[in-house]
Amino acid sequence: MPEFTLWDIVHNLLLAARWTVLLSIVAFVLGSIVGLVLLLVRTAGNRWAVRFVRCYVELFQGTPLLMQLFIVFFGLPLLGVDVSPWIAATFGLTLFTSAFLTEIWRGCVESVAKGQWEASNALGMNFTQQMRYVILPQALRIAVPPTVGFSVQVVKGTAVTSIIGFIELTKAGTMITNATYAPFTVYGCVAVLYFLICYPLSLYARYLEGKFRHVTR
Amino acid sequence: MAYQFDFGAILPHWKLLLDGVILTTELAAIGAVAGVGLGILGAWARTARTPFISQLVGVYVELIRNTPFLVQLFFIFFGLPALGVKLTEFQAAALAMIVNLGAYSTEIVRAGIQAIPAGQIEAAQSLAMNRVQIFRYIIIRPALKKIWPALSSQVVIVMLGSSVCSQIAAEELTFAANYIQGMNFRAFEVYFVTTGLYLVMSILLRQILKVFGNFLFERRNHA
Repeated sequence: MPEFTLWDIVHNLLLAARWTVLLSIVAFVLGSIVGLVLLLVRTAGNRWAVRFVRCYVELFQGTPLLMQLFIVFFGLPLLGVDVSPWIAATFGLTLFTSAFLTEIWRGCVESVAKGQWEASNALGMNFTQQMRYVILPQALRIAVPPTVGFSVQVVKGTAVTSIIGFIELTKAGTMITNATYAPFTVYGCVAVLYFLICYPLSLYARYLEGKFRHVTR
Repeated sequence: MAYQFDFGAILPHWKLLLDGVILTTELAAIGAVAGVGLGILGAWARTARTPFISQLVGVYVELIRNTPFLVQLFFIFFGLPALGVKLTEFQAAALAMIVNLGAYSTEIVRAGIQAIPAGQIEAAQSLAMNRVQIFRYIIIRPALKKIWPALSSQVVIVMLGSSVCSQIAAEELTFAANYIQGMNFRAFEVYFVTTGLYLVMSILLRQILKVFGNFLFERRNHA
């Protein structure tokens, strides 16, 4: 039986961690785009649009990410779409991310003073102009810290995709454990690697929070 | 669409799903009570004057909040036996949920404590209350009242997170779903129904926590 040194374990985990990072970035970017569209639909739309977005958010925040992934992974093939774990993971995490970001950003848009809407309305701006020049620039400032903070949840969410067979950090940890019989060391290293990805993001979010609080005060 | 839905195929297995719901509820209840308790203790330790304990709790909070629940679960279930700590699936799942919620609620409760005006505490000190009395009567109730919505959301998140406990074969709702799927291959229907059950559970849990919060905080204020 081959001997595994600690370096072998860490080296292989690092290779797998690339997929965790890549999946996180893709899900975050796609989720942001979908989230922004949902936000605009919700802010501009009629009663039904508002209701739709509210149900969407409720559905994704009120059910486990794992179930969402299962439905995408097992459901899409039934619709005739061939899904690899990579596609299912991206698709599922994008939906999850968009629901949370929409909700976070809605709070930010709503925290912009109502007078700003009225004033820009009085200047004859249409909705697009109001959003573009008045509301979003202000909401964006408030939105940056919680958005960075949420990115940590996306990174941690990618761990669940190991269950549908996407080989990222957690899945690699399981595979290496099966080969080395050293679960304590391997999962310890896995946890440390996640920490090294997530903690800087958390610190940055906290730094931004302090900075923006100072500005608005 | 060629696929024919057959939700009837789920019906014979309703008992398995019910058992899963019950176990998920048990996990959530244990996790919520012990986790929030741990959070209150942690928040108290964070405000304590001993820097060492405060820092230790800080490390715990950051470690848990910056690693995935699934990895914490695997570490507890597969990793701890190497130290001689052998846990059953249920114990490991419950412990992981308590440890996880404990870290989040420490931060949430701490935010509530920090929002208590310093004058309140000074007033209590001038009434010769000791630290435990101040914490119990002056700090914790208004703090909890303030952060109750945030705490409730976190409890719901942890309940939903328990879904991954199926991976260590804790027989909760997702485990039941996977089991049924393995028997009748009706993946889409099973996961659809299970997702619906989770949705109902999270809505119910949120309502229960809301009512419980009203009971805890509102009535005593009017009395």
